[in-house]
Amino acid sequence: MTDIRADSFDAMPARDRERERVEAENRRLAEEREAIARDGPKLKGEALAARLDAAWRRPPGIIGWLATVDHKEIGRRYMLTALGFLVLGGIMALVMRLQLAKPDSNLIGAERYNQLFSMHGSTMMFLFAVPVMEGVAVYIIPLMLGTRSTAFPRLNAFSYFMYLFGGLMLWIAFVLNMAPDVGWFEYTPLSGPQYSPGKHTDIWAQMVTYTEVAALAAAVVLVCTILKARAPGMTLARMPLFAWAMLVEGIMIIFAMPAVAVVTTVLLIPDRLVGTQFFNAAEGGDALLFQHMFWFFGHPEVYIIFLPATGFVSVIVETFCRRPVFAHPVVVLALISTGILSFGLWVHHMFATGLPRVGYSFFTAASMSVSIPTGLQIFCWLATMWDGRPRFQVPMLYVVGFILTFVIGGLTGVILAAVPLDLQLHDTYFVVAHLHYVLIGGSVFPLLGIFAYWFPKITGRMMDERLGKIGFWLVFIGFHMTFLPMHWSGMLGMPRRVYTYPAGLGLELPNLISTVGSFVLAFGVVLFVVNGLFSLYRGAIAGPNPWGAAGLEWATSSPPPVYNFEHIPVVESSTPLWDIEGELPVVTGLRVDEKEILLTTVVAATPDLREPVPEPSLWPFIAACAVGLVFAASIFSPWAVPFGLIPCGIALTAWFWPKEIKRHPEPVIS
Amino acid sequence: MILQPRFTDDVSGLPTSKFGPSSLTWWGIIGYMVIEGVGFALVFATYFFLMGHEQGWPPEGRAPPDILAGTIFTILILLSEIPNTMIKKAARAGDVPTIRLLMPVIVAVGAALLIIRGFEFNSLNCRWTDNAYASILWTILMLHAAHLGTDWADTVVLWALIRTPLAYEKRRQVDVDENSLYWRYVWLLWIPIYLMIYWVPRL
Amino acid sequence: MRLARRVTIIIPLLLGACSYQHYQSDFGNAAVEDSQFLTLFTIFLVVCGVMYLLVIGFLFLGIGRSGRAVEANVVETGRHHQSHPLMRTTLIGWTALIGIGLAALAIASFFADRSMAKAAANPKLSIKLTANQWWWDVQYNSDDPSKTMRTSNELHLPVGIPARITLVSNDVIHSFWVPSLAGKEDLIPGRQNDITLVPKRIGVFRGPCAEFCGVQHAHMALVVVVESYPDFIKWWDHQLQPAPQPTTPLALAGYKYVTTAQCSACHNIGGTPASGTVGPDLTHLASRKSLAAGTMPMSEGNLYGWVEDAQSLKPGVKMPTLAMDPDQLHAVVAYLETLK
Repeated sequence: MTDIRADSFDAMPARDRERERVEAENRRLAEEREAIARDGPKLKGEALAARLDAAWRRPPGIIGWLATVDHKEIGRRYMLTALGFLVLGGIMALVMRLQLAKPDSNLIGAERYNQLFSMHGSTMMFLFAVPVMEGVAVYIIPLMLGTRSTAFPRLNAFSYFMYLFGGLMLWIAFVLNMAPDVGWFEYTPLSGPQYSPGKHTDIWAQMVTYTEVAALAAAVVLVCTILKARAPGMTLARMPLFAWAMLVEGIMIIFAMPAVAVVTTVLLIPDRLVGTQFFNAAEGGDALLFQHMFWFFGHPEVYIIFLPATGFVSVIVETFCRRPVFAHPVVVLALISTGILSFGLWVHHMFATGLPRVGYSFFTAASMSVSIPTGLQIFCWLATMWDGRPRFQVPMLYVVGFILTFVIGGLTGVILAAVPLDLQLHDTYFVVAHLHYVLIGGSVFPLLGIFAYWFPKITGRMMDERLGKIGFWLVFIGFHMTFLPMHWSGMLGMPRRVYTYPAGLGLELPNLISTVGSFVLAFGVVLFVVNGLFSLYRGAIAGPNPWGAAGLEWATSSPPPVYNFEHIPVVESSTPLWDIEGELPVVTGLRVDEKEILLTTVVAATPDLREPVPEPSLWPFIAACAVGLVFAASIFSPWAVPFGLIPCGIALTAWFWPKEIKRHPEPVIS
Repeated sequence: MILQPRFTDDVSGLPTSKFGPSSLTWWGIIGYMVIEGVGFALVFATYFFLMGHEQGWPPEGRAPPDILAGTIFTILILLSEIPNTMIKKAARAGDVPTIRLLMPVIVAVGAALLIIRGFEFNSLNCRWTDNAYASILWTILMLHAAHLGTDWADTVVLWALIRTPLAYEKRRQVDVDENSLYWRYVWLLWIPIYLMIYWVPRL
Repeated sequence: MRLARRVTIIIPLLLGACSYQHYQSDFGNAAVEDSQFLTLFTIFLVVCGVMYLLVIGFLFLGIGRSGRAVEANVVETGRHHQSHPLMRTTLIGWTALIGIGLAALAIASFFADRSMAKAAANPKLSIKLTANQWWWDVQYNSDDPSKTMRTSNELHLPVGIPARITLVSNDVIHSFWVPSLAGKEDLIPGRQNDITLVPKRIGVFRGPCAEFCGVQHAHMALVVVVESYPDFIKWWDHQLQPAPQPTTPLALAGYKYVTTAQCSACHNIGGTPASGTVGPDLTHLASRKSLAAGTMPMSEGNLYGWVEDAQSLKPGVKMPTLAMDPDQLHAVVAYLETLK
């Protein structure tokens, strides 16, 4: 090695001197790089775990809690908050059922009842169904994909706080008797300034804004994670079906949620607050504009809720039938085509509005066609069961419950797709039955199953199997008892959203059965929650892979360490843990003194970049507070928006501003 | 039982940032561009939906917006692509001095555009409370103003950032490159809006 | 064809056997439209039922395989990446079956639509229904302007004659739905929709509003009376008559009150100074079968309750509770009772 201070150096020609200088510099940099600790054969096991833990662990205490960027922590928060809203929304439903148990009942007055059903629908759709799916995905996707973090972890944190603040705003309004009272999709002109004075409707519209900002942020996080942060070798073809479901769902959110943002924030609130005329027929507006725009979002929304559940079913079926799902490419194609087709159905919510019949036929055809990919998925799951060796523990019980229930909902959907049938059944309890069959049967059953399945991974303990089975039967029986009679009450002439009904129409018996069933269902859900709490402290300790499953999330301990994996795994098949010979292939070389994940290429998943992961930061929380305050204040005055831009701008700038001072920049060798 | 690792490749030689689709933030920005694009597409659909309800557009024989301010805006924003492309190329080449030279130009142009935007609102010849036509015109212009305004604010912050020594980091040059990409989106989106606000009512 | 239709109606009728009256029910089968609905619904129910049984069958086949040992394609046998060759063929068959089933249903739906449109051609009667929060304004049109007639909350139709009803709204979106007769159609402010009904049998039916329209959406129902053509004409002619003059002193006192106090600001009583159009027409109020848009049956007691305190019976209704002393109340009810 030439020492530049040697006499011979000065004797060199200038060109060579320059080259020597650069090469010496490079050698120095290379030594610096060598000195950086990375995982690999020289650093593994306990020593590695300690270093990684030190690098990835967040500060303790309340500041650390607010500042965390750990996807597992954020995912748990999402799930717990969503479960809280499930319980609150469920209580609304129980009170509604008490009122409807008898005809001409005066238990709950009209005004209060209208708030109840509006809160029930809004809570379940905006504060439970989509967030809980996001929460599960945010927790499990990095583990399933073999990486240490999601993409954009601070955006992830921000999205949780926006969701929380939106939910809090709605429920505080309810406590203050300012709750929305015109449904969960508030049609104009009833929701316009003339017929809904006061702030109830604005609160609904802004709650939607918070939750849709949160959902869009989470969708960007998930889509980018799934496309860029997969383990080496996990090509798109080998990617687990749940990741596919979340990828399609995330893209659907990106295309669908702007519609509800536009209809509430750009069209409805200005009509109510600053006097625009979008929905005022007298001034060139159109009440149906609201319906078109809302349902352009609303129909894909229900598939946004359903697709992750199909991912859950695929995961459970694979593990409990001891083989991968039959015809993996068909399921992937089914997910993608469901996602695309679902954007072409929205007018089937508007068959009674008097639009041209010729146009309706297109939407009937499309609405019926969308059941083909779903029917294919169902076939693939059933074929997996038939060709495999199914074991009926609690998660698999919920899958069976899902099939028995969701298919009924899908078939009543086919019935509703036909215009002459829909014109009788639209806006009746038949639709209430249909939507609960597909939402609860199609999404909540798989969700309960996946909670039982991933509970050991998240908490390190198994849920109690016996309590789980009892809970399942209560939920299953209670569900059918509640919602099956609603097909009858709808056909016997009971419209939706009525706080009472007259005697003598034959509606007494179905409503009474529904009410009793709703309490059985509630009891089953309570039992599930009790099981969770009990198992958290007294459940059997779970090892890394208690179910003997194939996914990468089972390659690490239960619960996972804060850095997920000691080394980034390499994937060689679509069922990684089932196809390795006792040793997990891994790549080495990621830094352990700084937080880093490995980015791979989109299709073939070859290693591409080492991406630094941000440190915990309070700015996402502060930004959510600022943005949240602007949203809430703008209900009362439009000036909140221009003035509010200042604190929001400050928070976002501080968030974005790089903190290189803390980092140890890696020397770049030219 | 945690599985024993079997070591394969070493990834320590990989870079920590790259331009284009290899960059994670590139995908994030594309994601947000799609979100905003869908939002704008829906607002455009609303425009044509409302137009379909009216006999004349503007309805009731009102005057369409004056084209002067809007046309000046359009010319200026299209011209701004010249320094924008230069900045993008400089970012890819790692040429920090050029970036530092040209960023204030874009910031100044952006400020001028925002001022002209104010005049455009004045030249719409209607108030948003008048009727649905006026409401949608104001709304589209307002949304694009917000789009322009937030990107301008982003650019100002980025300008401040590249005046520090951090500009020499490759990651920051990737930021500049992606910001220039987003600027293209802002004026591309403007073109149909310009036509819809100023020319469709004249048809 | 007729026999097939009778048979196909049996299934839903059996299913709906819990309700005997069928005056507000899809099983009412009181018009051509609802008959078509029942036939189509039965077809869909059968096809969907068969599909469901196939799914259940396959499911239980799968469950039954849980005890299998050797030949499973599972991770324990190392064959988890293989599949039974039968599955591929079955997948294709399953897809074809779904496709054919859906196509058949779509075609059936198309034919039902066409059949209903044909039956509704050449309507002989023209009615305009205007929805308000929370009552129905009914106007019968006639080529002879002196025969145009307006009433509220009750619709009469002659059996067997297609009646075209134009649907408009004065405020928010409502929906006209008489399940025993036909499917629903919305009444949307700023738009004009229409629906044609062909009633098949005589009876009294109820049509609840079917689009949430505000606090008393649950108490906004139209009473629909289907009667023979002569009876219908008699009813129409009677509606054209002005309100009878009060004869008893109590009724006269009530007449004086109603035509001078707030009542006349909102209500119209033909042949009297009361000519408000904001609220329901009261000219033949006492001859109607229900009060307050299907909220309660017409009776003297209910009239008392309504006039005295409408807000407690239908909270939020646009009619204010007027302060009346007992004498005024008796007089007003006595007068209203004469409006037959």
